[in-house]
Amino acid sequence: MTPPGCQPVIEVRGLRNSFGDQVVHDDLDLTVCRGEILGVVGGSGTGKSVLLRSIIGLQTPDAGEICVLGEDMIGRNEDEAKNIRRRWGILFQNGALFSTLTVAENVEVPLREYFPHIQPPLLDEIASYKIAMGGLPPDAGPKYPSELSGGMVKRAGLARALALDPELLFLDEPTSGLDPMAAASFDELIRSLKERLGLTVFLITHDLDSLYAVCDRVAVLADRKVIAVGTIPELLALDHPWIQEYFNGPRGRAAALGHEDIVEHSKA
Amino acid sequence: MADEHISAGATDGSVYRVAGGLTIIRAATTQRELDALPDPLTIDLSEVERMDTVGAWIIYRTVRDRGAKVIGASRDEVSLLKQVADFDKPARVIPEQPSGAVRALTELGEWVVEAGRTLLGLLGFFGATLIAFAAVIKRPRRFRVNAVVQRFDVVGVRALGIIGLMSFLIGIVIAQQGSVQLAQFGAEVYTINLIGRITARELGTLMTAIMVAGRSGSAFAAQIGTMKITEEIDAMRTIGVSPVEALVIPRLISAVVMMPLLAFWSMLLTLIGGGMFVWLSLGIPPITYIQRLQEVIPLTDLWVGLIKAPVFGFIIALSGCFQGMLVQGDSEQVGTRTTIAVVQSIFLVIVLDAVFAVFFSNIGWI
Repeated sequence: MTPPGCQPVIEVRGLRNSFGDQVVHDDLDLTVCRGEILGVVGGSGTGKSVLLRSIIGLQTPDAGEICVLGEDMIGRNEDEAKNIRRRWGILFQNGALFSTLTVAENVEVPLREYFPHIQPPLLDEIASYKIAMGGLPPDAGPKYPSELSGGMVKRAGLARALALDPELLFLDEPTSGLDPMAAASFDELIRSLKERLGLTVFLITHDLDSLYAVCDRVAVLADRKVIAVGTIPELLALDHPWIQEYFNGPRGRAAALGHEDIVEHSKA
Repeated sequence: MADEHISAGATDGSVYRVAGGLTIIRAATTQRELDALPDPLTIDLSEVERMDTVGAWIIYRTVRDRGAKVIGASRDEVSLLKQVADFDKPARVIPEQPSGAVRALTELGEWVVEAGRTLLGLLGFFGATLIAFAAVIKRPRRFRVNAVVQRFDVVGVRALGIIGLMSFLIGIVIAQQGSVQLAQFGAEVYTINLIGRITARELGTLMTAIMVAGRSGSAFAAQIGTMKITEEIDAMRTIGVSPVEALVIPRLISAVVMMPLLAFWSMLLTLIGGGMFVWLSLGIPPITYIQRLQEVIPLTDLWVGLIKAPVFGFIIALSGCFQGMLVQGDSEQVGTRTTIAVVQSIFLVIVLDAVFAVFFSNIGWI
């Protein structure tokens, strides 16, 4: 399932997660390669967010190995984990901006935490251009999260995730709750950031348009496992009922129509 | 791995040569070294192996602010420098703030406006609850019995333990302090008068009110405030459920009904605490203690205490619910509003207590 020449950035082996009697993941394997945008899809409750939380270390799995950027993540102490955390950025589903800080201060939090010696004027300038890079206008800098719209919160969250020039970016449903124009421009932003900065992106999404627009490969979560990973044409060729329903349902078709080049390419 | 060679030419300013990584890890150092070099400055990037956006930004701002010349940049580095330049849109970090006297005046003004608004808002909220009461009375089926009973449990029954313990201890303290002072006049026996009257008239109700404000008033504000943030209140409104009817009325009723009961319970326990001390320390047996209490506490004292209780309960619930409803925006507000609710209700309770004291004295309930 892994493409040739893949340099693994995230490797998950035999992951098992459960809450009480409910088993969310069982013997789950997944590999994310350097420089790709991997989309993760799956029905509600299939544990997409739990997978993300396991990878970034917010949830300790019952069993399995997780390796991020070449480092084993399980059983790490706080200091060692910090060195890995510095190399990734995370955009949470609802932004998770610190509500008592302005947008610019939010962006400065990771910078101050890891590089306390950066001169304040330089720090403010770095925050400014990360805000611009996240696609926000300059006047958003001194605003508090409660004064922002949903789309702006996501962009601000992205700016904070990009603060440390991460190699790896985790995005949890970045386009949910955005209007189609905003979602499309967010997709565009992620694509261009990936190309400019050479990011690897782990993208959880429900948005079929996003899948077509930005993802290099898509992993499908079902039956407590990753049942398939591949490009969309490769997935379309499989005859798993959930995958067929997902991509060939009315919404899947509509999204495919907007990206005919990909689908045509698959037929050729 | 990254080492910089700095060479200062005599005639053509200085050259800053970076080797290895030009990344965020060395950002502070790089900036300091650049600041130390004299103009005109030339930056030589030919030996840079890795550059990230922060590194590019430092180069870019040096070029922008000091007109430095960049040489030896590879194609990738040039494009990164260009990208960074695209994002040069200075943003403020914190909102603009006026300075000194202007700010003090502004804050004073805002405080006055806020105080006025709160007073007006509280009055308006009081009106809204009255209207909701009227609506419930007109259509008794809308009355939420379950919610009210549940509040009785939370506000009243579950408070019995802590209020009882507090009252018992306060009874002991008053008896002890009183007897020490009265002993100087040889009037220890009047300790019973002191305990009896102060408990019935003032302390029982007042201490209970403070405890209920801290326990239930704060909970009201926090619960309603959180529901405000999660848009539950808006959802209720759109479904056609009046939040005042569903949330505020049950809380008000429970506080109004439970306060006199809790106050009475508190008086009882304070008297028992005092009695224990009197018995063990002064040797006055319980039976004598009870007889003396009957003689020295006029019935009006009990009324004074019990009439105040529901009014205090009403004030506590009203201000708790009102502050909860005022929560807007972020979660920090829940905390602030809860604090305000408790402070406000205790303050109002004490002000009203003073008013009651004067009132009851004037009608002859001395």
